[in-house]
Amino acid sequence: MNSIILLAGTRALSGLLLLFSLYMLLRGHNEPGGGFIGGLIGSTGFVLYAIACGAEDARRALRVPPQNIAMAGLGIALLAGLASVVFGDPLFTGQWLFIGGTKEEGGLPFSSILVFDIGVYLVVFGSVLTLVFAMEEEI
Amino acid sequence: MEPLLALTIGVLVATSVYLMLARNVLRFIFGLILISNAANLTIFTAGRLTEGQPPLVPEGLDAPAVVVANALPQALVLTAIVIGFGLFAFALVLMFRAYSTLGTLYSEDMRLAEPREDRAS
Amino acid sequence: MSAAKTEASASGNGWVGLVPVALAASLFVWFLSFVPQIGAGEVVRLSWDWVPSLGIALSFLFDGLSLTFALLISGIGTLVLLYSNTYLAGHPQYARFALFLTSFMLAMLGLVLADNLIAIFVFWELTTITSYLLIGFGHETYKGRRSALQALFVTGAGALAMLAGFILLGFSMGSFELSEILAQGDALKAHAMYLPILILILAGTFTKSAQFPFHFWLPNAMAAPTPVSAFLHSATMVKGGVYLMARLHPGMAGTDVWFWTLTVAGAFTAVFASFLALRQTDLKQALAYTTLMALGTLTLFLGQTSAYAMTAFAAFLIVHSLYKAGLFLVVGCIDHGTGTREADILGGLARAMPVTAAAAALSALSMAGVPPFLGFIGKELKYAGALEVQAMETVVVGALVLANALMLAVAAVVAYRPFWRPAGGAMPHTPHEAPWPMLAGPVILAVLGAFFGLFPGVLQWALVDPTVAALTGGDLHAKELKLWAGVNMPLILSAVTVALGLAIYAGHRSLRAALIRATDAGPNFDRGWDRFLEGLKALAAWQTRVLQSGQLRSYIFTVFATVLVGLGGTILARGVWQGFPDLSGVTWMNVALMALILIGAIMAAITRSRITAIASLGASGIGVAMIFIAFGAPDVAITQLLVETLVVVLVAYALLRLPQLDRPGERDWRPWDAVLALGVGAVVTVTLLAVLATPFDRRLTTYFETASWPEAFGRNIVNVILVDFRALDTFGEIAVVVIAALSAYALLRTTTDKAAKPATQKDKAS
Repeated sequence: MNSIILLAGTRALSGLLLLFSLYMLLRGHNEPGGGFIGGLIGSTGFVLYAIACGAEDARRALRVPPQNIAMAGLGIALLAGLASVVFGDPLFTGQWLFIGGTKEEGGLPFSSILVFDIGVYLVVFGSVLTLVFAMEEEI
Repeated sequence: MEPLLALTIGVLVATSVYLMLARNVLRFIFGLILISNAANLTIFTAGRLTEGQPPLVPEGLDAPAVVVANALPQALVLTAIVIGFGLFAFALVLMFRAYSTLGTLYSEDMRLAEPREDRAS
Repeated sequence: MSAAKTEASASGNGWVGLVPVALAASLFVWFLSFVPQIGAGEVVRLSWDWVPSLGIALSFLFDGLSLTFALLISGIGTLVLLYSNTYLAGHPQYARFALFLTSFMLAMLGLVLADNLIAIFVFWELTTITSYLLIGFGHETYKGRRSALQALFVTGAGALAMLAGFILLGFSMGSFELSEILAQGDALKAHAMYLPILILILAGTFTKSAQFPFHFWLPNAMAAPTPVSAFLHSATMVKGGVYLMARLHPGMAGTDVWFWTLTVAGAFTAVFASFLALRQTDLKQALAYTTLMALGTLTLFLGQTSAYAMTAFAAFLIVHSLYKAGLFLVVGCIDHGTGTREADILGGLARAMPVTAAAAALSALSMAGVPPFLGFIGKELKYAGALEVQAMETVVVGALVLANALMLAVAAVVAYRPFWRPAGGAMPHTPHEAPWPMLAGPVILAVLGAFFGLFPGVLQWALVDPTVAALTGGDLHAKELKLWAGVNMPLILSAVTVALGLAIYAGHRSLRAALIRATDAGPNFDRGWDRFLEGLKALAAWQTRVLQSGQLRSYIFTVFATVLVGLGGTILARGVWQGFPDLSGVTWMNVALMALILIGAIMAAITRSRITAIASLGASGIGVAMIFIAFGAPDVAITQLLVETLVVVLVAYALLRLPQLDRPGERDWRPWDAVLALGVGAVVTVTLLAVLATPFDRRLTTYFETASWPEAFGRNIVNVILVDFRALDTFGEIAVVVIAALSAYALLRTTTDKAAKPATQKDKAS
């Protein structure tokens, strides 16, 4: 596929999709979205890139091997689940911190739940790209 | 609407069973895609349908004010879709490898692990 | 093993040989330290929690019965280990042998000391497994492997039945602690489950103790090295079954079933085995069959409840262990010194092997039941006990006299002929005396037999009285062990036995020939076993052919046919059909969505074009996503749409290299598949309609709705469930996704040279 329009369009679109996927990930706790959806959207961007420019280019753009991203995501999710043990709660209990004020005052929330969702995002993102790149290259 | 969906699911299951019984493993994989859709719809329907009200808690309230869609089956189905995709991808790759190694897409000709009696020495 | 034997020396196998001896000896001494307490009538109980939630404890009980067994096992174990260290000196696998034998001894000790049914079963199986390893120690021969497997299968099958019996027993009595169960023996005997429990447990004990018709494995087990035979057949393995019957005696004995089963099986086994013993020319085989006789006799006495019978049991148990272990070790010495065990060849060994000869003579006299040996006291008690049997006294007494006479003859064959009669042929080696570690066992055991015969009071106080107390739950006192009880019925029977035995010995050669003819004509259990195994293998092969066709299609057909029959049958039987459903609320929009899903699915099922198939699947999936949107599931809908996209991308990649869907000219319409498919679809619909007709329980949903914001600070309930309430589930699920991706990746990346080109190109995609 050597269409110049597709190539140029894809670069812009991939970036946009990646940005949008992060937005979907972060808003997921209160609006539709979350790690699964974010990961799928993000990977779609790179899938588009791989279709347009080939898996090799897409790999270069990604910099990190996708299977490493998936494994890292699994590790992050596990750590987020284990964090509660430090605070004396059962495994996978959410831990919350509101920066600059309480929940009611609208402090910026930061939580192990968010970290867990980021882990989910990375797992889905990495797994899908592992599959797609391998299919693209081997077939 | 639920009875109509039950009927839809029945037909969906029937087509996927028919596909999975085919000798061509590519058809089997098509059946796999359809039957996971049917399973997801079954879970979704069994949790009852509520039209047009996503399970979100409105700003300023502690709980949804009106009757919203059942969130639990949605959560189950969401992960099931992603896992179903993983299963599908693995099956597809397996089938592709089988084809490139054995040179056939017909399951009855794939006899590497369980050779036919008459051909076993 | 003969190569090892020729180099036998007192040096043995270094520390590998000596450590087990020291272990066994220290255990023996430890058990001896319990004698004063137990002799005084106490019972010691030790207990640790094991699986408290199931009421299973690791508890041990020291009473007369278990202590007697423990002393026999550890004492004879010490002697056998010492003996083996020389017998198998320099054997390359001695460390393995010592490990097996020591493990076996420890398992056996666990079995006789355990007080919990489950613990007993575990130790019981450990003895089965370790004895399998011991019998199969000579695994390079077919005979060794076959005998080991046979012993494992027969005793293992019995043990499974026994486990079922134990579980029934534990639940019926409300406890798995044996001492608690036995304390309520009357309730047990009256319990509805008594008979099944009894049958199942006896299946275990009869196979283990080789009672007829499960006797055939024991003589075959002689494939093991001789010291192992001495150990397995004197004090341990085979007595495990006897031990368990004795242990259960206070709780289960006294019923008609118990009496008849044990008496008949025991008496028959005893006589039957004695004849077979006389038939053998191999000394070890002859001794093996007399072991069967002893087991039969012990079982016979356990069938009774009288004080004489119990005393006879306790006394004969000890007598038999002493002389049988001694004689087996003597046979090992003969084998070691001459290179053969054939009764017809051996002769004149007394000059070359004087110590062995003396030990053999003492043990054999005890076995023959001649005064003043312990065997005589045992035999007198047996007759006294038999005279008190509650039915068929004449038959039982007759059986015992015959069996004992045959034993006397066998004792003469084993211990008199080889030493004192001229040789019947050339022996492989020039006979020479065995070194001291191999003589220690036979001599000590033989001397003990004589010592206890002269001073039975020691044994009476230390072991027999407490054993009888344990057997009867303390209700009866043991009869006195004494050499001279006056001229009475048992003494007369003894005289008859000796006369008969000597007569049999005198004519044993012609009798043996007759026996060989007779037994060859009768049914052969060993061959029957082979036929049984062959049948089992044929059945397995047939079943594999039928179930495991290697056809993916037939597996899937079976799965869905089972769903159809199981679910459909239930629907018909339960009548869940709700009548035709109400379709009033259906809108045109709904019908359109349904049409989109179904047309896509049906097109995918019937098309022969791959592109059409993918497009149809995509359309169907988008229809499903729109259902999600319409009914308030935006998260699910987005996921579904994205996944559909990726599915299409992956399939498109794969199709670049795959052939068309069907071979040209092949039929695409498969009516039977369609029938099954429609059946399964209908069953699913009816089931789902039935589910929808039941009232819906919203409690869980309500909890998530009300807790989502206040407790988990999230307004998207679906996401909160995914990453907070059910985060552990989600973690498992993403792990599955990673595994699927990595497996697929590995599958694609391995042997890429083959993957680069399909094996056949002829039907490649066009």
